[in-house]
Amino acid sequence: MSAPHIPILRQGRVHKSLDVQTVNRLGSEEPAAEISFACSDMIKYDLLKMGEARAKLKAMKSADLVEITKKAGEIFLNDDLPIGVDGAMQSPEDYVLSLASTSGLPHSLIRMNMKRLGGIFGQIEDIFRGLTRGLDWEVIDKGYGEQGGAPVSYSATTNELAVILPSNSPAVNALWIPSIAMKVPVLLKPGREEPWTPWRVIQAFIKAGCPPEAFSLYPTQHDGSGAIIRRAGRVMLFGDDSTVKQYEHDPRVEVHGTGYSKFLIGEDEIENWRDYIDTLVESVSANSGRSCICTSTIVVPKYGDEIARAVAEKVAEIKPLAQDDPEAKLSGFANPKFAEWINAAVEEGIKAGGATDVTAEFREGERFQERDGMNYLQPTIVRVNSFDQELAIREFLFPFASVVECPQAEMIDRIGPSLVVTAVTKDVDWINRLFDCPHIDRLNIGNVPTNRIQWNQPHEGNLFEFLYTRRSFQIAAIA
Amino acid sequence: MSADEAKAKLDEQVREIIQWHFSEETGCPFWLDWKKEAGWDPREEVKGYDDIIKFPHFQDEWLRDEKNERFVPNAYKYRPFNVFETGGTTGLPKQRVGWDDYKHDYEQFSDTLSDEFFPKGGNWIMVGPTGPRRLRLAVEHLANFRGGSCYHVDLDPRWVKRLIGRKELDQVERYQAHVMAQAVEIIKHRDISCIFTTPKLLASIGERISIPDHGIKGCFCGGTSMTPEYVRFLQEEVLENRAQFVPTYGNTLMGLAVSIPEELPEKNYSVTYYAPQPRAVLRIVDPEKTEVTKEYGEYGRVELTTLTKEFFMPRFLERDEAIRREPHAKYPWDGVGDVRPFGAMTKTVIEGVY
Repeated sequence: MSAPHIPILRQGRVHKSLDVQTVNRLGSEEPAAEISFACSDMIKYDLLKMGEARAKLKAMKSADLVEITKKAGEIFLNDDLPIGVDGAMQSPEDYVLSLASTSGLPHSLIRMNMKRLGGIFGQIEDIFRGLTRGLDWEVIDKGYGEQGGAPVSYSATTNELAVILPSNSPAVNALWIPSIAMKVPVLLKPGREEPWTPWRVIQAFIKAGCPPEAFSLYPTQHDGSGAIIRRAGRVMLFGDDSTVKQYEHDPRVEVHGTGYSKFLIGEDEIENWRDYIDTLVESVSANSGRSCICTSTIVVPKYGDEIARAVAEKVAEIKPLAQDDPEAKLSGFANPKFAEWINAAVEEGIKAGGATDVTAEFREGERFQERDGMNYLQPTIVRVNSFDQELAIREFLFPFASVVECPQAEMIDRIGPSLVVTAVTKDVDWINRLFDCPHIDRLNIGNVPTNRIQWNQPHEGNLFEFLYTRRSFQIAAIA
Repeated sequence: MSADEAKAKLDEQVREIIQWHFSEETGCPFWLDWKKEAGWDPREEVKGYDDIIKFPHFQDEWLRDEKNERFVPNAYKYRPFNVFETGGTTGLPKQRVGWDDYKHDYEQFSDTLSDEFFPKGGNWIMVGPTGPRRLRLAVEHLANFRGGSCYHVDLDPRWVKRLIGRKELDQVERYQAHVMAQAVEIIKHRDISCIFTTPKLLASIGERISIPDHGIKGCFCGGTSMTPEYVRFLQEEVLENRAQFVPTYGNTLMGLAVSIPEELPEKNYSVTYYAPQPRAVLRIVDPEKTEVTKEYGEYGRVELTTLTKEFFMPRFLERDEAIRREPHAKYPWDGVGDVRPFGAMTKTVIEGVY
């Protein structure tokens, strides 16, 4: 298949830009896609008209949109869908190959993410119920109704959910998929190397019967992203700690930042630490360690050295393999410089003292590897002597975790903000304290990998509460 | 005019201007002193445009460091001059003296405008940098020359650049909204048929009102580079294809290089500008070896030579790069296409902000 042209979608309408950029297959000069770029003022103009797109969805019944969403999931997973502007079609396998060619992700990880995304479509009712605490869809259709015997009314806070998507993880598209059933159109800015997933999800929705007007897709430069962030009614974006800080007081903007997810073993369970090694390995290395829900710090009251060695020995088995190797679990870097920067940061942390790369003993070769024209970082477990060591609480785009010893009584005070915490314990007092801890977003008690999440609970914010606001209302009887 | 005739006219202009600026009676102290130091007399050695290469590149710092009086030709010694400033954000700005050049330049430009889209007698509005800029007087003169009056809404680009440098983008938007509010009020309540503004401000006005619905038929735009996609957006969506978009390229030191707006759609909105020869010449040079002119179709740095009795400026290297384009039947000399900030592909440049 020749490189498709991914156009701009303006409320579903195809716009082929005169500003076209080519994304090459990683490690080659061969084009994988031509991408139409939108100018920022065009996006500003279109944002003014998003009310029309919202009206299209509002006119539909939620029940129909739920069915469309479920159907779209099946289509996304199984059907050939249009790709680009020239009438070409993309099979699910083509999608895997295209995404692999620009993102560096192994095929096996893409298929895993695909399955995960497919699940989101299928679970739409469960997700809505979870996020709304059991609200009847009809309340969204009618604008008001009852919930648990109390009167409720919800109105949309925005005409669009804008999402500035990253290039490194197709699964993040899960975050916006429920928005359609909630009758809020989406405006997506794809990552430069990853137009594939948002495009395919959109095409699946359209094929399933959703109005095309509900979808806007704007590949754009930095100023275009800025226009979206400043102008859209609700914005989701992905960034580092500084981005999170920049928007912490802006209720329109929800930043998905670093997770600093942690795996804690309590004093009551530490003697059984060998039972949790497989869970730890999955938590650290799933999705090539790229997710904010992957464990980046393992906190134990003792046996730090032993646990670090046991995890290191297993993660060291994860090696750079050919992208199409079914066993491949490690992703290359789309931007080869990233691997160099990250490796340098890890090395610097080790040189600072108080940290040992335990994986070095088990893995083949250096952490930094080149293969098939791509740069890789091999999994790394670092044993640190305290929470103050600079690698103790760090998160990188590859399977990386520190192991730190800390008395159980001090753990909650030392872990800091954590998107996911898994605590292996049966100690009820400690469990109660963990539930009370304000800087843990998602809490797993017991032997649950940090990367396994249920979408019917809030994830870095509650999508329904982001898109809808509850108002008080009274309706007098008409005389 | 044929290409040969245009070349002959340019060579004649070069001889006349060199004679003027390097003669004691008419020349200015700056160039007369330069001649003494250089040890050669341009009047003897420069016989046409091709010999301009014998001059070094004009340094725009001279326009800040030298007193303005040193650029006053002796022939104009007793006439008070206008002072026009170029961009700048800090310190003493660069200044150029002038008398009637802006009138000549804009009268010449007026001849290129369509009476259908820029009706004679129609009023104008200028939304953009006024203050010490040549543009402020020039646009008003253009309006007057075509029989209309001109309204003005000011914008201080130096402040905008500072805000952007400090990443205060919300403030930029607020300031823009403040400027827009004033412009929209005037457009709504006065009879205006033509507008001069910058691309960003034009788009911003169009966000608030339908520009053609308010009687505007023509938009003369300048100030920043524009991608073909952006030009198309302005013509088709902001002006709704009902008013004509006329992009120009120019500055205080040159005058106006014009485009051919009626050909934009067939050229896929790639804009080619033609300098107001023989008063100014644009050449696309190899940035590493500036005596070499780039081939047609190649990007290079823009070099400007200004050749008027008021101002002689040889081989000034603009902060832009562009594609060298073939001459056009209307303008039988080289054009410069798809202008963008010099080094735009390798560094971030604050440009196109207002």
